[in-house]
Amino acid sequence: MSVKAKLHYFNGRGRMETIRWLLAVAGVEFEEYFFETREELIKLQQSGVLLFQQVPLVEIDGMNMVQTRAILNYIAAKHNLYGKHLKERALIDMYVEATMDLNDLVMCHPMQPPEGREKNLALIVDKATNRYFPAYEKVLKDHGQDYLVGNQFSRADVQVPETILMMEEMKPDILAKFPLLQGFKARISNNPTIKKFLQPGSQRKSEIEEKMIPQVMKIF
Amino acid sequence: MSGKPKLTYFNGRGRMESVRWLLAAAGVEFEEVFLETREQYLKLIQDGDLLFDQVPLVDIDGMKMVQTRAILSYIAGKHNLYGKDLKERALYIDTYVEGTMDLMQMILTLPFSLPEAKEKNLPLIIEKAKNRYFPAYEKVLKQHCQGFLVGNQLSWADVHLLEAILMVEEKDPTVLSEFPLLQGFKTRISNMPTIKKFLQPGSQRKPQPDDKYVATVMKILKEAMYYSI
Repeated sequence: MSVKAKLHYFNGRGRMETIRWLLAVAGVEFEEYFFETREELIKLQQSGVLLFQQVPLVEIDGMNMVQTRAILNYIAAKHNLYGKHLKERALIDMYVEATMDLNDLVMCHPMQPPEGREKNLALIVDKATNRYFPAYEKVLKDHGQDYLVGNQFSRADVQVPETILMMEEMKPDILAKFPLLQGFKARISNNPTIKKFLQPGSQRKSEIEEKMIPQVMKIF
Repeated sequence: MSGKPKLTYFNGRGRMESVRWLLAAAGVEFEEVFLETREQYLKLIQDGDLLFDQVPLVDIDGMKMVQTRAILSYIAGKHNLYGKDLKERALYIDTYVEGTMDLMQMILTLPFSLPEAKEKNLPLIIEKAKNRYFPAYEKVLKQHCQGFLVGNQLSWADVHLLEAILMVEEKDPTVLSEFPLLQGFKTRISNMPTIKKFLQPGSQRKPQPDDKYVATVMKILKEAMYYSI
């Protein structure tokens, strides 16, 4: 099957990871071009394909798309992962926007100076455990369905598990008080395309290694 | 119940201002509830109104909506301000509003930074406006040639860009001097009836934040601004 999308980013999670998840779940094959130096990014900026001089950049369906949310919105809508109507979309948007807030905190965490890391980690865990996860647990409890919105699989059911897994890397028992989220995570992880993406050797990226951080900061 | 959307936020711009702009542009009347005390905020949380304990909160069409982008997307979708197809929506409108959102976010967090940071950050913001964002939109207008950013009618992207232009101009009135198409765009969009009305004194548009606003927000939220607004 021919490759349907090309991703331009550095070889790590960052803002591109959620896009990788969604493409994988949608069954869209993709190639990746990784920057290793600042010069490579500059070259791309000079080529004029980056509307705001920024990556992620995703070449898809004849378009050069930038801005993470625009890209995610496109993939979700095209692949029927965005609800059946405007109000379902609104709920999905609410849920995924919150995951992106939490992901941003996680993404910026390695950039914290060493002295601030423990406190920052505690803050992230606190937000997950007291703000975000209780909300999703309640959503699942209130409607009693398998999926977060509209009784069908949507991007919310991809982005929330993605965030859960990232949080579990920071604190393995983070779902201890959330039985429904535990069940949800297990169920979603068994979805065939997600299961495949979670296998070693997939295009899913690992947590950034400490030693890589200076190199990444130099690129950007 | 009046049926009008009800906005709950501080009495100032912050993240709610873009929602006010969009509703106004769509010709939708709305009510506002202003948070003035921490008790009010805690009550909202206790009552279960805030999904993630955060404002903006917009009560609209039977939903208690939170998360600014979710709210804006809903309003745009409902009021025909989101393009005519997926490509217009994603490739153009979503992409453009993300740019203006990044720019406005820098300005909205400015009053909450430390004084030394404020002094350093304002020139950086102006520089980004002049070298990254406005050139991009100037180019879009040049290539698209329709007077609007997307398609041939007003969309969320146009309203959002106008809001961003005016916000940056408050900091540097000359910022559009090298962007003739953006100047024309600004005039044209400002003169559209619903937007013209919103730009009049006495509308629900909010002024620039002052020290009192900052103090109120910090008192009510009592935590680091980045994580709570």
